[in-house]
Amino acid sequence: MVKKMNDYIKDFPILNQKVNDERLVYLDNAATTQKPRAVVEAVTNYYYHDNANVHRGVHTLAERATEAFENVRTKVAHFINAPSKDEIVYTKGTTEGLNWVAAGYGRNHVKVGDEIVISYMEHHSNLVPWQQLAQQTGAKLKYIALQADGQLDMESVQQQITDKTAIVALTHVSNVLGVVNPIAKIAHITHQHNALMIVDGAQSTPHMKIDVQALGADFFAFSGHKLLAPTGIGILWGKSSLLAEMSPLEFGGEMIDWVQLQKTTFKAAPWKFEGGTQNIAGVVGLGAAIDYLEKIGMDNIQAHEQVLMQAILPELSKIKGLTIYGPQEAQERTGIIAFNLDNLHPHDVATALDMEGIATRAGHHCAQPLMAYLKVPATVRASFYLYNTLADGQRLVEGIKATKEFFKNGTI
Amino acid sequence: MALSKLENLYRQMILEHAAHPHHHGSLKKTSQKIELRNPTCGDVLTLEVELKDGKVADIAFAGSGCTISQASASMMTDEVIGKTPAQIAKMVVAFSEMVTGKETDETEELLGDATILAGVAQFPARIKCATLAWKAVYQAVKADDSKATLGLLHHDV
Ligand SMILES: Cc1ncc(COP(=O)(O)O)c(C=O)c1O
Repeated sequence: MVKKMNDYIKDFPILNQKVNDERLVYLDNAATTQKPRAVVEAVTNYYYHDNANVHRGVHTLAERATEAFENVRTKVAHFINAPSKDEIVYTKGTTEGLNWVAAGYGRNHVKVGDEIVISYMEHHSNLVPWQQLAQQTGAKLKYIALQADGQLDMESVQQQITDKTAIVALTHVSNVLGVVNPIAKIAHITHQHNALMIVDGAQSTPHMKIDVQALGADFFAFSGHKLLAPTGIGILWGKSSLLAEMSPLEFGGEMIDWVQLQKTTFKAAPWKFEGGTQNIAGVVGLGAAIDYLEKIGMDNIQAHEQVLMQAILPELSKIKGLTIYGPQEAQERTGIIAFNLDNLHPHDVATALDMEGIATRAGHHCAQPLMAYLKVPATVRASFYLYNTLADGQRLVEGIKATKEFFKNGTI
Repeated sequence: MALSKLENLYRQMILEHAAHPHHHGSLKKTSQKIELRNPTCGDVLTLEVELKDGKVADIAFAGSGCTISQASASMMTDEVIGKTPAQIAKMVVAFSEMVTGKETDETEELLGDATILAGVAQFPARIKCATLAWKAVYQAVKADDSKATLGLLHHDV
């Protein structure tokens, strides 16, 4: 399996380069992924052959662009098993999708005294919008606790979600701990209390088969750029009944039905949310990325990352003074490893790894409340994807050992 | 390349300052106190300054950070004691220029031992780590509100 997966590297021109005189090992995939030729070419071809504004012209190019734009909607619906393509809203990314739900749905439906439940492991983009909503509506923001190994504490889930709960918003996969949350189970509890289940799918959609219906989600948001597509395009999926009750946030061209001097009626969802000229080339790139991923198979991608984790985690665990955050068992996580070395600041470690050609990220990973919860100021994070190999994992292990040796007396 | 280039950044003196920072802690008498964050990494720096007769009489810093931010803070505290706010403003600008690769004949005279941090210029991702403490002292003693001076610091806000 790994061997076969390794063939995909050649589809990613950017990976074929040296950084600081070493072959680049790109392990910052949780931040953004690299783009295969198929995606770059789809975008280029769109601009070379089909570029026009959508839903506007009657000319041939406009029709081609519109058809491509709407076809991707169908493709995305299939990709996440949404019941209808009309439930697929184009956004610029997860952040925008979650903000739209909080502002467009939340502000109309959440009242004083209601509760919004999130967890300590949320990315700021699934935290700050709810905090804002709570402040604006007088609702209370509550947090689900984590177990020592970083998994959601199911007892806390039971305690925090009550009949006062209006919204439960959780990440499907943590961008720091790599844990996969049991969304279907939690959605079940959420619905027993007549609340809505909102899922941040930014870190799950690139790495596993998503079925929004099986998850029991009411809204689900993800970003294209984390799954091989260009930046600036993302998806918000919502149940059609909920999208109908959700207000658009951007008014203007494209999203209207009939504009009179004193009032306007809007198109139906998803178009009522898509005010102004859209990121059409981004949509085309997203379509190409989904084709590419589906050709490999999401299950194969997930299995490949498991193979990598099974091999790398035990090697890392052997390094003295290295702490890995989150579950220690490979089966319980995706290809994200957050870690620290004793007496070394993560920034210093990431700079040293960069000198060895290994791209990782150091910092709070947009999860400051989680860092406070873990009682660390920051961590290093290595995140793998389908084009990473066992050799990349080995380079990371060796790189960390060399870093430890370089700073053998500690830096802090 | 491996790690040899790292020695340009992590010079012995820098490692020593980070391991045993000077003026670390807090002051009994404080005229100015400021807390600055590096939003990209979450590092926090608290700076206390005692001004007497228009000069920095004592200074202390606290907080968590990487080697570069800790060493830079430690060196900064050594260099600014006895200086006036106007002198400090000049030093901060010189430091900011140095870590972005613009050293002048005056750099060493203005910055003393802190000149050793010039190597940061080769590691653009670490410039903010180095400048945090200098931005803090600049704001703490703010001599003038000259936009021009502030403008020079904007590359790393
Ligand atoms: C868990 C999680 N949620 C949300 C986001 C935000 O995604 P974007 O920046 O693409 O909107 C990210 C990515 O940084 C993430 O990892």
